[in-house]
Amino acid sequence: MTSTDTTRRGEVSIRDLSKSFAINGRPLAVLKGLNLDIRSGECLVIVGASGSGKTTLLRVLAGLEAADGGRVLIDGAPVQGVGTDRAVIFQEPRLLPWLTVLGNVAFGLEVRGEQRARAEERARDYIGLVGLGEFADAYPKQLSGGMAQRVGIARALTVQPEILLLDEPLGALDAMTKITMQEELARIWSEENVTMIMVTHDLEEAVYLADRVLVLPKEKGAAARLIDIDLPRPRDRSEPRFVRYREELLREFGLH
Amino acid sequence: MSLQHIEQPSVLGAGIGDNSYGHELVQRGSQAAARFLSRYGALLGFLALWQVSSTRGWVNPAVIPPLDAIVVALWTGVVGGALLDDIAISLQRSGTAFAAAVVVAIPLGLFMGQVRAVERAFDPILQVFRQTSALALYPIFILLLGLGEASKVFVIFWATLFPLLLNTIGGVKEVDPKLIEMARVYGATRLTVFRRVVLPGAVPSIFVGLRLSATTALLLLIASEMIGANKGVGFQVMNAQYNFQIPLMFAAIVLLAGLGLLSNYALVLLQRRLCRWSSATA
Ligand SMILES: Nc1ncnc2c1ncn2[C@@H]1O[C@H](COP(=O)(O)OP(=O)(O)OP(=O)(O)O)[C@@H](O)[C@H]1O
Ligand SMILES: [Mg+2]
Repeated sequence: MTSTDTTRRGEVSIRDLSKSFAINGRPLAVLKGLNLDIRSGECLVIVGASGSGKTTLLRVLAGLEAADGGRVLIDGAPVQGVGTDRAVIFQEPRLLPWLTVLGNVAFGLEVRGEQRARAEERARDYIGLVGLGEFADAYPKQLSGGMAQRVGIARALTVQPEILLLDEPLGALDAMTKITMQEELARIWSEENVTMIMVTHDLEEAVYLADRVLVLPKEKGAAARLIDIDLPRPRDRSEPRFVRYREELLREFGLH
Repeated sequence: MSLQHIEQPSVLGAGIGDNSYGHELVQRGSQAAARFLSRYGALLGFLALWQVSSTRGWVNPAVIPPLDAIVVALWTGVVGGALLDDIAISLQRSGTAFAAAVVVAIPLGLFMGQVRAVERAFDPILQVFRQTSALALYPIFILLLGLGEASKVFVIFWATLFPLLLNTIGGVKEVDPKLIEMARVYGATRLTVFRRVVLPGAVPSIFVGLRLSATTALLLLIASEMIGANKGVGFQVMNAQYNFQIPLMFAAIVLLAGLGLLSNYALVLLQRRLCRWSSATA
C-alpha cells in the first residue's frame, strides 16, 4: 500500500497566514502572520492553548475555511477549497449510521467516482490495517468508540491522501485505548508514505508521534515555536530524553 | 397504533382479528404463550365483557350487538361480497389521496428542508395550514370541487399532506451537518451529499410521516364519505346506523380499523427493510 513514486508530495508551505472571525460584529484574530513549511512525509503535531487556533489552522489546510490573508501552498499550488490530496480525521468518527463498516470505509472512494466493487476491495485492505477485519459488516451502532474512530481512520487512508489532517482524533478515547491507537497511528504513518498534520492536547502523544511539534502562541502575532523531536522510533515513553521533551513542551505552556 | 405494538412479529394475524373475530381470538389465545396473554389479555377481557354484557342484556343489544352478530355481519359483507365494492372504493379514495400526498410532500419536503430561506419563508403558513382542521375546510372543498370524488379525495389529500411534509422537512433539517461536512471533505458534490447523506438520513423521519399520513387517510375517509357518498366503508358506517343495521355498522368500523392496521404494518415492514441500520444493536 505504500506509494512507490518518489516525487516529493504532500509538502505544505504557509506564508503569513491570517484568519479572523467576526464575534458579535467585532473581528477576532485567530491566526496572525503564521509561517511554516511542512515537509513531505513528516509528522507535524500542533499543540496550543484552547482557542489558540489549532482547529482553525487545520480547517484552513483542509480547505473548509478560507484564509483572510497570506497563502497556503500544497505542492506549490494554492489551496482552493477541499481537495483529493487531503483527508481529514475529526475528533468524532463521523460515520454514516446506515452504512456498514465496509460501506463507510469505501464511502470516500465512491464519492470520488470509484466503482463500488473496487472501492470496497481497497476498503477491505485498510479495514484490515486498522485491525477491524472481523467487523467489516457491522454497523456503526455496534462499535465501541475506539473501533468507530479506527473506521474513520481507515476511511481517510483508503483515499490514499498525500496529507492526513487530524483534529484531536484520540481526544474522546479512554487512556488505554488511546495508547494503543497512538501506536497504531505511528505504525500507519510509517507504512503509508503520508504527511501527517495532527492537533492534540496531549503532550505525551505529541512527543510520541511528532517529527516536529508546532506550539501555537496564545498572544496573536507572537511567533509560533517549532520543536524538533529527535528521538528514534518506535519511541519509548519512559526514556529520559522522551520525558525531557515532554517537560520542554510543558514549559512552553508555562506549566513547569 | 404505536410502533412498539407492531414490532411484535405475531401482531398481523392477531391485530386483524383482535377487534373482530372474538371466537378466533379466544382460540388463538388458548394456544399462545403467556407472553401473548399478558400482552393481549386486557383486549380479550374487553371483548369478553362486551360479549357477556350484550348477551346478558346489561347493555342494550340493539345498540351494542354481541360480537358473533358483528362477525356474521362482517362475514356476509365480505364473503358475500356486499361490502367488497365499498372496500374497493374506499381504498381507491384513500389510496389516491395518500399517493398524491407522497408524490407532493416528499419531494417538496426534501427541497424545503435543504434550502433554509424557502423553509423559513413557508414555515408560518405551513403551521397555520397544519393547525386548520381539514374537516373544517371540507365544506369549502365541496364548494370548489363539487360533491363528487374530487372533493373527497382532496380533503383526504389535504389532511395527509402536512404530517408527511413537516416530517420530511424535519428529517432533512436534522441530518447532522458534521456528516455533510465529512462528505464534502471527500469531494462530494451537492447532489452526492444529497443522495448519500441527506436522503438516507431523512428516511426514518419520512417514515414517521408516512405512517401518520396513512392513519390520517383512513380517519378522514369516514368523514369524507359521510357527505354525498353512496358507497364506501365510511358511507356504510353512516348508512347502517341510519337504517339501524347496527351489526353491519360495527362490521364496517372493524373493517376500517383492520385497513388501518394493515397499512401501518406494511409501512413498518418496508421501514425495517430500508432502515435495518437503525435497529442494529450490539
Ligand atoms: N466558525 C467560527 N465562527 C466564529 N468564531 C470561530 C469559529 N471557529 C473558531 N472560532 C473562534 O476562533 C478561536 C479559535 O478556535 P479554534 O477552534 O481554532 O481553537 P482550538 O485551538 O482548536 O481550541 P480547542 O483546543 O479548544 O479545540 C476561538 O476563539 C473561536 O471562538
Ligand atoms: Mg480545536
